[in-house]
Amino acid sequence: MAAETIRLDVARYRPEEDAEPVLQSYEVPLRPDWAVLDGLAHIKDHLDGTLSFRWSCRMGICGSCGMDVDGEPRLTCGTFLAEYGAGPVRIEPLKGFPVIRDLVVDIDGFLAKLSSVRPWLVREGEEPPLTAEYAQTPAQLDAYKQYSMCINCMLCYSACPVYVLDPDFLGPAAIALAQRYNLDSRDMDDRFDVLNLEEAVWGCTFVGDCTRVCPKHVDPAEAIQRYKVTAALRSVLPWSGR
Amino acid sequence: MIDVLIVGGGGAGLRAAIAVAETAPELTVAVVSKVYPMRSHTVSAEGGAAGVIGIDDSLDEHCYDTVSGGDWLCDQDAVEAFVREAPRELIQLEHWGCPWSREPDGRVAVRPFGGMKRLRTWYAADKTGFHLLHTLFQTTLRHPWIRRYDEWYVTSLVVDDGRVHGVVALDLRTGRVEAIPARAVVLATGGCGRVFPFTTNAAIKTGDGMALAYRAGAPLKDMEFVQYHPTGLPFTGILITEAARAEGGWLLNRDGYRYLQDYDLGTPTPTPKLRSMELGPRDRLSQAFVHEQDKGRTIDTPYGPVVHLDLRHLGAAKIDARIPFVRELCRSYQNLDPATDLIPVRPVVHYMMGGVHTDLDGATTIAGLYAAGETACVSINGANRLGSNSLPEILVFGRRAGLAAAAFARSHREGEPPAVRSQGDDERRRLERARDGSSVGSSGGERIADLRERMQHTLEGAAGIYRTGDALAKAVDTLADLCERAGEARVEDTSATFNTELITLLELRAMLDVARTIVACALGREESRGAHQRVDFPARDDDAYLAHSLVHRAPDGTPSVGLMPVTITCWPPGERVYGR
Ligand SMILES: Cc1cc2nc3c(=O)[nH]c(=O)nc-3n(C[C@H](O)[C@H](O)[C@H](O)COP(=O)(O)OP(=O)(O)OC[C@H]3O[C@@H](n4cnc5c(N)ncnc54)[C@H](O)[C@@H]3O)c2cc1C
Ligand code: SF4
Ligand code: FES
Repeated sequence: MAAETIRLDVARYRPEEDAEPVLQSYEVPLRPDWAVLDGLAHIKDHLDGTLSFRWSCRMGICGSCGMDVDGEPRLTCGTFLAEYGAGPVRIEPLKGFPVIRDLVVDIDGFLAKLSSVRPWLVREGEEPPLTAEYAQTPAQLDAYKQYSMCINCMLCYSACPVYVLDPDFLGPAAIALAQRYNLDSRDMDDRFDVLNLEEAVWGCTFVGDCTRVCPKHVDPAEAIQRYKVTAALRSVLPWSGR
Repeated sequence: MIDVLIVGGGGAGLRAAIAVAETAPELTVAVVSKVYPMRSHTVSAEGGAAGVIGIDDSLDEHCYDTVSGGDWLCDQDAVEAFVREAPRELIQLEHWGCPWSREPDGRVAVRPFGGMKRLRTWYAADKTGFHLLHTLFQTTLRHPWIRRYDEWYVTSLVVDDGRVHGVVALDLRTGRVEAIPARAVVLATGGCGRVFPFTTNAAIKTGDGMALAYRAGAPLKDMEFVQYHPTGLPFTGILITEAARAEGGWLLNRDGYRYLQDYDLGTPTPTPKLRSMELGPRDRLSQAFVHEQDKGRTIDTPYGPVVHLDLRHLGAAKIDARIPFVRELCRSYQNLDPATDLIPVRPVVHYMMGGVHTDLDGATTIAGLYAAGETACVSINGANRLGSNSLPEILVFGRRAGLAAAAFARSHREGEPPAVRSQGDDERRRLERARDGSSVGSSGGERIADLRERMQHTLEGAAGIYRTGDALAKAVDTLADLCERAGEARVEDTSATFNTELITLLELRAMLDVARTIVACALGREESRGAHQRVDFPARDDDAYLAHSLVHRAPDGTPSVGLMPVTITCWPPGERVYGR
């Protein structure tokens, strides 16, 4: 009996030769425990060494392997081929980002956004000596913990209708990260200057697709809505900065 | 010209970069990394980071646990420095925002860990490495003058007259090959678990830094010591953290029996007892698995024999509070729920105790070249690393190497020697030939993946948990042959843009160099110690081998192994006692 296989239709784009991306088909073994990423690795190792894609941890934590699988942004190391029945499965680069090559997209814009929200503890005065920690109760930790779980996988940007139209939109993950620090009891900033902008929280039309696709349950949509409330209050009561 | 160039954006590299940026703002510092820093393998670390903080704990005890855990092959002066500085590094991380798990009163919480006599492992649930790496990365963003070369692959070190002058690197996005001149270079490239077929290690852990140093003439140390972690998921090799056992998990054989009691690791108790049973050291636990397998008491699966990790008695609430990632991983990758199901696990290659030989400041034998983190061997891990010692190690020695490299750069202000340019040009030509296929022809040559698979199976067969001289001697020849064939492997991809096939080939060559040193050192050490178990020499032999293996690359490319004394300060060699 021939082993079962599944067809993967994979987007190929080599800027030196292709004017635009084309789909190339490969048959790969269909094994119950194979993720989409295992299928791509099989292509690269055994069928076609020229296919380029990013991956590393294959345990859903490094954030490298986000791609568009059958039209949905997914982590390919945690998406199983078996989900797609008899196939075929279409694998494309994440939408909304410039494509560098094949399934590899340019995320440098996001890194610049990340820096812009001051993603570090902002404090006043001298740093105390390294003999004791800042106290933080479990409840205070819980207040921001969820927003600290982002792996920068970019799925939320790819799903965001605002970002896809306006690449300057600060976007879900960067705003969630800003909130992660805003809500940290050890932090003294509210990042109002970078968040209270049309290209930041006010650009969000609350579609909520970011939260739906986030593989780490960060809930960036909630982070944005919460900051809108904070920002609105602060505009009414200018001294209410925290 | 860059003052301090750091190769690697994992925990060790970023800690080094921050150390330079904060203490020597007049120096230029750059981080070159083959992946975006926050993708580095440190992100996968789960269980925690050890540092003495409890009032019932002491630096002495952490030292003793580390030295006995390492079967007395650790350099004790290095262990003392490490243990002394680890707590301040962990507090420093806290001050930078790391979300450590907490006690109700707001203090940082600590958990037990394998081989540790006290509660001293700090943790951020079971995503410690993830939080640690993102905290470090975000802290580097405060220092915009830390220049980054993201997705640049370093292909060689520029060394002239016994001194490093920079690196040659390939920009993945454009395919450009550039010499980057630097006054001091810090290698922080991580481990090399990918030389084995079944590993917890990410795809990027290919031993590049070890190979770079070794080819440039710096020796590697203790390469035979490869850590198997006792609990990896079959097929994927995904790690189930030791924290699962620290929180009370049991290891069961096919009869549901806690088999570790048969291997001098203590008697079972319902709740975990420190340095006993499931909280014994990793080498002993992985070896016990092999004996269970020999006795026919493991369970067969399509991916090899397994035993069971039982967390069911902990209950869903505790699992969710303390080890939520374990539950997430089991559900996503093994289709089971640890709150109600047994987890199949087997030993899996996890960590390299060996690496580039350095002193306590990360200095190698090449002037201006430093190494830190898993790629280095200081050595604090000896013949077997204790879980949760590696994360503090990358912080303590990342910082030390950064400071030492900054001091070196300050006192060596000469300009760029001609070697930088000429070696850069040579390397560019060599890589372009490999890429356009003219050196090998895209139709000829073997597939990279086929050669890699052979290498991995050779290593697993000869340098696994138990080893024999015969198998190792054969592996020496097999690997030499594979090395030659890798010189002519097929590259189909001629594109300059994001050519990952070329990178895969360069990684394979690095792994082969490293693999040869592992096998050579394992063949040379005719005793059993820690993670190195020779069936033909089953006892520890302190008279002959209380010494580090030091391996140089001979001019013909073969590894040449010698011995170097171990530094003993306070803890003379003794018996490793667990569970009694
Ligand atoms: C699954 C898992 C769980 C673990 N859990 C724990 C734990 O709970 N506690 C603990 O103490 N330890 C743990 N460890 C071990 C620990 O995580 C690692 O030893 C440590 O993170 C290594 O850090 P590093 O900075 O040395 O290297 P890495 O984080 O591996 O970083 C290496 C860097 O070097 C770069 N690089 C490599 N080669 C090149 C090149 N040729 N050119 C350019 N850049 C290059 C990479 O891009 C990367 O940025 C765990 C390990 C694994 C595998
Ligand atoms: S918020 Fe979620 S989807 Fe967006 S980058 Fe972070 S982890 Fe990915
Ligand atoms: S490979 Fe790391 S998240 Fe998928």
